[in-house]
Amino acid sequence: MFDGLGNRFNDLFDRLRRHGALTEADVDAAMREIRVALLEADVALPVVKQFVDGVRAKAVGQDVLRSVSPAQMVVKIVHDHLVETLGSDSAGALNLNAVPPVVVMMVGLQGSGKTTTSAKLARLLKEREKRKVLLASLDVNRPAAQEQLAILAKQVNVTSLPVVALERPVAIAKRALDVGRREGYDVLILDTAGRLHIDEMLMQEVAAVRDATQPTETLLVADALTGQDAVNLAKSFAERVGITGIVLTRVDGDSRGGAALSMRAVTGQPIKFMGTGEKLDALEAFQASRIAGRILGMGDVVGLVEKAAENIDREEAEKLAKKMQKGSFDLDDLAGQLKQIRKMGGMGGIMGMLPGINKVKKQLSEAKIDESMLKRQEAIISSMTKTEKRNPKVLDASRRRRIAAGSGTSVPEINRLLKQYQDMADMMKRMNKLGQKGLQRHGIQALLPGGGRQQH
Amino acid sequence: MSDAKPGLFARLKSGLARSAQRLTDGIAAIVTRRKLDEAALTELEDLLITADLGLAVSKEMVAGLRRTRFNQEASTEEIRTTLAEGAANILRRVEKPLTIDPAIKPFVILVIGVNGSGKTTTIGKLAKSYVDAGKKVVIAAGDTFRAAAVEQLKIWGERAGAFVVAGAANADAAGLVFDALDRARKDSADILLIDTAGRLHNKSDLMAELQKVLRVLKKAEPTAPHAVLLVLDATVGQNAHAQVQTFRDMIGVTGLVMTKLDGTAKGGVLVAIAEKYDMPVHYIGVGEAAEDLRPFVAVDFAKSLVGLED
Repeated sequence: MFDGLGNRFNDLFDRLRRHGALTEADVDAAMREIRVALLEADVALPVVKQFVDGVRAKAVGQDVLRSVSPAQMVVKIVHDHLVETLGSDSAGALNLNAVPPVVVMMVGLQGSGKTTTSAKLARLLKEREKRKVLLASLDVNRPAAQEQLAILAKQVNVTSLPVVALERPVAIAKRALDVGRREGYDVLILDTAGRLHIDEMLMQEVAAVRDATQPTETLLVADALTGQDAVNLAKSFAERVGITGIVLTRVDGDSRGGAALSMRAVTGQPIKFMGTGEKLDALEAFQASRIAGRILGMGDVVGLVEKAAENIDREEAEKLAKKMQKGSFDLDDLAGQLKQIRKMGGMGGIMGMLPGINKVKKQLSEAKIDESMLKRQEAIISSMTKTEKRNPKVLDASRRRRIAAGSGTSVPEINRLLKQYQDMADMMKRMNKLGQKGLQRHGIQALLPGGGRQQH
Repeated sequence: MSDAKPGLFARLKSGLARSAQRLTDGIAAIVTRRKLDEAALTELEDLLITADLGLAVSKEMVAGLRRTRFNQEASTEEIRTTLAEGAANILRRVEKPLTIDPAIKPFVILVIGVNGSGKTTTIGKLAKSYVDAGKKVVIAAGDTFRAAAVEQLKIWGERAGAFVVAGAANADAAGLVFDALDRARKDSADILLIDTAGRLHNKSDLMAELQKVLRVLKKAEPTAPHAVLLVLDATVGQNAHAQVQTFRDMIGVTGLVMTKLDGTAKGGVLVAIAEKYDMPVHYIGVGEAAEDLRPFVAVDFAKSLVGLED
């Protein structure tokens, strides 16, 4: 059902190519496909219309008509226009140029991820900007919400305002500001209660908090899974409270994330950050090109590369490269590789970010790649002696039986692992002949169990 | 939950009415004084799309109007009725209350869903209604990941008068569920409600963890869980399809609860899901109070979706 724009265009232009030159009617047909793709990605309808008009104006020009490969050209125009619309120079940056404590107020619907984002943001400002941050929860509605923020604050080593029972939000905010001033905090993050944008009473309350604290930044926290309603909620919060930016949460889900475009378009405010995981360091500067790729169903290649860079230990990698060159890649190194693949979210996590998501996913479920396999293989290797790891040739039947018993696996599984290891070792020998450049090019695929054969 | 107190229906209606307001205004604007021509039909289709019904279902519903009413003058009321009937016909198939078999003790209900969809709140509301109906309820605070999730549930447990079995932070959820089942049996509880940590359905390790909870539960009680509720947020868009499909395939879902219908989100994706998965819908949430969890009624949902009053 959710075919990406890439697939759609391939079909469309397969048909068009037979006709030769691209006419204006062809562009219209392409625009219809864009409309469908954007709607399936949950971009709100009014925003879709506006966007399609913008693209059409660019596309019905000499570029597309003259282009040798119309499909590529149109996809590029759409993608660029999308990046331009989504993009902002202020991604990842907060305005902290105010009299301290600079107040950052977090607002949004229930369950959008405000409390977690508040803690993540506090961590980021503390670690990256070296700011002294105070966290305060104004959520007196949801049971234990204040306690949740206090626990998270402790986890990121940031102070949270002590909770006073039965205190109302505006009073808490004023007390927080007071403490912030007296104790020399640089930034005060106010985590407000989740509220519906049509709840008159609660919207008045958050406006009162705003008036009492004069926030420098008011961030709307919104779920990347949001559908058409994104325009309504973003508009209301922008009009009633006034926002200076958006934080898009749950970007690590598999939604197409069209809400990002909707909210950006109706508020005119930049998307500053995105939440990319449950851990408290999983808050990143918003990247328009990544989200654009997802909205169009073209995969999140940038995300994959980043994740690889983040999780693969540089030193480890260099050590490994040297070993590969010498041809002394042993089972210990393989175990290290398996661990890194798991750290990157397993095979599923890696595959999910590759272009042509649907196709890969289908293949993945057909191939029945078992995520637990990585762990089992690690277990097998850790059940080996040092000698065995260094020189797998000594592994005779009796040793294999011992390892199977020790790791809770079976001899066939061990055989499979050793075969994989042998394949990889062979491949590395071949790559050594290609030289360092060849190695870099084929590196990741060669590291996948089965030598990456599943994808081809 | 059938013993509705006075004022509850009004509460539901006011909640849903807000959902429907925008859609209603739109329909009225389109058809009050005009013929149902191609342009009007396109605009109707657009309105259904903005209610998250999705492209396919929206087209299908408008196609019905095109067949029967094309180029006829039609009143807003007629259009609303026809559209509501169309939606209701699809939704009626999935309108099934969650029935508790009194012969099964404890009747085990597992509640799952993505982060922030409203699982804990829904469990609190369910617990309250069961206790009010004279049932003995035990709750397993299976969300051992999110900070203070246990405390949140304990407060709901106190409100409801249900015992909450909780472990330490980051404790093994499967072990906790095992203990809770044990406790429910010893107390001869009627119902065991199991809360779980929110998880995105595309995270394989978290889904594996949930499968483990299920395995441990089945080991202790092979017939359990007797119901698996997937909680969907009404603001969700087309990703609801992926959520339903993945949770169904990996965990096995017996019914849906849609929360947060008191906003402007219309939850129209439910129509598409009903058509595609034939998955029972038990409850809707229309507010933060305990009595704001209401049985799902297809006709009401459909009527409210297009802004029809009784």
